[in-house]
This record gives sequence, C-alpha cells and structure tokens, in this order.
Amino acid sequence: MSTVDAVDLGRRRFLTATATVVGGVGVAFVAVPFLSSWAPSERAQAAGAPVEADVSKLEEGALMTVEWRGRPIWLLKRSQRMLDDLSGLRDQLRDPDSAEAAQQPPYARNVHRSIRPELLVMIGICTHLGCSPTFRPEIAPADLGSHWRGGFFCPCHGSGFDLAGRVYRGVPAPLNMEVPPHRFLSDSRVLIGVDPESA
Amino acid sequence: MANTQGTTGLVGWIDERFPLTKTIREHLTEYYAPKNFNFWYYFGSLALLVLILQILTGIWLTMNYKPSAEEAFSSVEYIMRDVNWGWLIRYMHSTGASFFFLVVYLHMFRALIYGSYKKPRELLWLIGVVIFVVLMAEAFMGYLLPWGQMSYWGAQVIISLFSAIPGIGDSLTLWIRGDYVISDATLNRFFALHVIALPLVLVGLVFVHIVALHAVGSNNPDGVDIKKVKGPDGKPLDGIPFHPYYTVKDLVGVVVFLIFFSVVVFFAPEMGGFFLEPPNFDPADPMKTPAHIAPVWYFTPFYAILRAVPDKLGGVIAMGGAIVILFFLPWLDRSPVRSIRYRGFAFKAVLTLFVASFLILGYLGALPPSPGRTALSQICTVIYFAFFAVLPILPWFEKTKPVPERVT
Repeated sequence: MSTVDAVDLGRRRFLTATATVVGGVGVAFVAVPFLSSWAPSERAQAAGAPVEADVSKLEEGALMTVEWRGRPIWLLKRSQRMLDDLSGLRDQLRDPDSAEAAQQPPYARNVHRSIRPELLVMIGICTHLGCSPTFRPEIAPADLGSHWRGGFFCPCHGSGFDLAGRVYRGVPAPLNMEVPPHRFLSDSRVLIGVDPESA
Repeated sequence: MANTQGTTGLVGWIDERFPLTKTIREHLTEYYAPKNFNFWYYFGSLALLVLILQILTGIWLTMNYKPSAEEAFSSVEYIMRDVNWGWLIRYMHSTGASFFFLVVYLHMFRALIYGSYKKPRELLWLIGVVIFVVLMAEAFMGYLLPWGQMSYWGAQVIISLFSAIPGIGDSLTLWIRGDYVISDATLNRFFALHVIALPLVLVGLVFVHIVALHAVGSNNPDGVDIKKVKGPDGKPLDGIPFHPYYTVKDLVGVVVFLIFFSVVVFFAPEMGGFFLEPPNFDPADPMKTPAHIAPVWYFTPFYAILRAVPDKLGGVIAMGGAIVILFFLPWLDRSPVRSIRYRGFAFKAVLTLFVASFLILGYLGALPPSPGRTALSQICTVIYFAFFAVLPILPWFEKTKPVPERVT
C-alpha cells in the first residue's frame, strides 16, 4: 500500500458516487418537513371547519353573508319571480346547465343551483381573478342595461352572473360561481362546508 | 517576509494572511474598463446603491413592523405617524422599490442597445435575468406586507395565477398560501422570504454578477473588445482603471440620482397612486374587493400581457413566457455586431417597436380593461414576442456598418 500505483481510482470513484447518492437521499428526506411546513397548519385546517347559518330571519329577495374559510358565503332567498326568470336566460349564459362539475356539488346541479329552490348558497368570489362581486337584484338598472334581470356584477373586470350565479356570455369570468358543499340541519339552519348525509 | 504585493506595515501584515491589496488591485485600481462609458453606464452602480438603500431602510422597518394579519396595517400606520422619522424611512423604502425597477429596466435597456449579452457575456446576462426574476418576487412579497386592500387583492390575483396550471394548480396555490385564502400564514411566510431569504439570494447573485463581469470585462458603447489592443505594459490602450476614474464618475451619477430620489421621497412619495396605490390606505378586507385592481407600475407590462390573452392558462403562459424568453436573448440575436451604433436600420426598427410595445403595455396594464384597450394590448403582446422571433433571421436583412478596431 505504499506506492502510488496501488491507488484504486475506480474504487475511489465508486465510493464517492455511492456516498453522494446516500447523501442525496438524506437531503431529500430532510426536505420533506421543510416543504410540508408550508401546507395549511392544523389550526388553519380547523378554521376551515363547517360554519352554521340561521336563515329563519332572511326575507324574500334578501342576501346574507357568512364567512367560511375566510371567504364570503352568500345565502340568498329568491322570490318566485326570481326563480321564474332563471329559465328564460339560457341564451345569454355560458354554462346554463352547470355542466362544469367542479363549480357545484352534484345535488346543486339543477336550474336553480341549490338544494331548496328558493335558497341559494354560494361562494361570493368571482371565477375570473378572485374579486367579490356586488349583489344587484334590481331589474334593468341604467348602468347594467335593459337585459339585466337581477344578479351579481363584479366591479373589477365587469363580469356578470345571474341570480343562480351562472356566468353571462362575453365577460372575462370563465365559469359559473362556486356553490360550496352544504346541508340543511333544519328548516332554518344551514351547515356550510359538508355534503348532505344522503349524498 | 516580503509579500508578493510589496506592501509593508499593517497592510503588509494583512496581505500576508488575506488577499486585500490583491483584490483591490484586481477589481478597482488595476481593473481596466473601456474609456468610453457614457450615460447608460451609470445604472449598474446605481442599482447597487439602491440595493444597499433597500437593505438599510428595510432593516430599520422590521424594527417596528409586525408581520401578523391583526397588526400589520396598524404597525405601518404606527411607523408613519409615531416612530421618529418613520415616515422618511418607509417612504425611502417604498420609493426605493420603484427606483430599483426604474434603474434595472434602464440597465437592461443598455445591454439591449450595446449588445452586452453577446459572447462572451452570455452568462453575465443570464445571471442578470435571474436577479430580475428574484427582484420581482421580492417586490411582490414586499407589497403584501402593509396588508392594505391592494396588498391583499393583488396577492389574491397573482397567487390565483398558479391555479391555472393543470393538475397541480389548486394544491400548489394552497401550498403557497398555507391556508384556504390569503391569511396570516401567507403574510408571515412572505415576510420571512422578503426580509431574509430573497435578500440573501439577491446579494449572492449580485456578487456573482460582478465576478462574472470582471472575468470577461465590461462591454462599451462601441461594442469593441478593448483587450485586443494592448500597450507595451500589457494594459489595454482603450482602458482606464476603474478607480479612480469610474468611481468618481459614478459618484456624480449618485448625486444626480439622489436629487431625483429625494424629490420623490419628499414631494410625491405616492407618485399619484403609481408608487403607493390609493386602495392600500384601507386595511385588507377579505369580504370586499376594491373597484379596480392593478399591480404597481413595474409589473403592469406583464399584467397587460396576462389580460391580453382571453384564456386563463394561455394568459399565464404568455406572461411567464414574456420573462422566460429573456434568458434566450444571447442565442436569439445572431448578429456579430454588438453595438447599435454599427447595426443596421432593421435592428433599430424592431428595437424601437419592442420598447414602444413594452411602454404601451405598461400604460394599459395600469388601466381597467375595455375592448379597445384589450385589442391594443393584444397587438403590443404580438410585437413584444415578434421582436424575439425576428432576431435570429434579422442578419439576412440587416446592413451593418463596419465596426472600428478601437473605441471612438
């Protein structure tokens, strides 16, 4: 082992390579906690728990807002006139039949996009770039034009939605507004964040 | 023991243990820069000045700022109203952010007109573009910290861009935010990245940028290689030592720059809503969106490209592509002539169109969209990308002038 010729370079390269691989695996394992710590914490997940809304005092045509996962959740009690209007808007809408499955749970995939026809439960966030639209229930106001049958209008980039949160054609928003999972605990109490037990 | 630099005394003692005099000579007193640097060569050293200014004012701001959703907005108001000279330190920092981009854009424009990205300076350019990208991340995260309405909804819109990525988009945005919406968790991690992680990266990259510059030597307005013609002493005939010649020249630039900087800090720190936007004087409200959302002016060209494409994913790709394509510039421009002084009409024409489209996009990105504006931003987006598309074939049409042997 005393001469230079005795150095086995192949063996050295092999040892260096294997040590690098083992070290690399170690680095990969250590990276997991660092990357995973960026995911929502237990507390953030707990704050995402379902919230309850009492709709007993909600009048016809009125909108109330509760907060779920930091986002505004709208509860709108629609009148018979509002419900009757929904079917007449088909031609002006991008997705009148709620074909985009991710925008509502299956039990809200109907013409009024809700479990009970009159009560709309919806996330009040525009599907374009995340702004919160304004509730404009009036019919044909001066600024929105004569075709407007009441709905939601986003002041950011001018997207319009009908009273079921379905997006109009020719606006920047690509999708209907999102209906969150929700269930009725009783006639007047809605739990937002979980599906109905039967579903 | 005499050291190789021939120094004695305290400096000699240090030189035997640390390459002090050697470094000073290599990078300052015996670093030969072309003697014909003009106005455009101020902006590199000015960018360094602004970086130091931002680090200094930033450290002082962290002494009173509270990175929590509860306290962030009021702690900024506290800095503005109650902390001694807090308003000055904060306005220096917010104005510094805008001036940083102004200086960096002019620095990049200099590289464009004099071909400073061409061989052998491709790597120097690449490091520079990485610095630009990190600087954009740094500025975006810093803008969330005051926790005003524009901070909040701007971050909401920008982070939503990642949701356009197919498959992993939604989980990626959740991971970036650390919550189901922009929240305290997002603010806190952006604070950590803004004050520690990204500044460390930036300083490291700037160091590497300067090392790369000194390895290949500076380009100059004539785009000629000064190392080709050397005197009997082995020094370039067209070069002068960086110190004292350019340190003194840059100091003049610093004084003029600080005059402009001070005028903004003292008389127009909000710059009519372009440096500090009006909605940001309202605290963040996740339930209510401001009527019009626009990024700060230095992002508006890219924001306009995003809005020009009538498709969510397509818009995100176009916006990202507008930045990524800068990395390929050294290989897209195939003309052997560096400086615009000796390039033909074709290059001057496409460069003018490119700069004009970038400026118009920047203007449109700050305004609410309308059909006419969207059409114009689509035209400008096409011109922006067309510039890079025609560069490789430009030498076929371009009539260049002969490049001199020495600087003029």
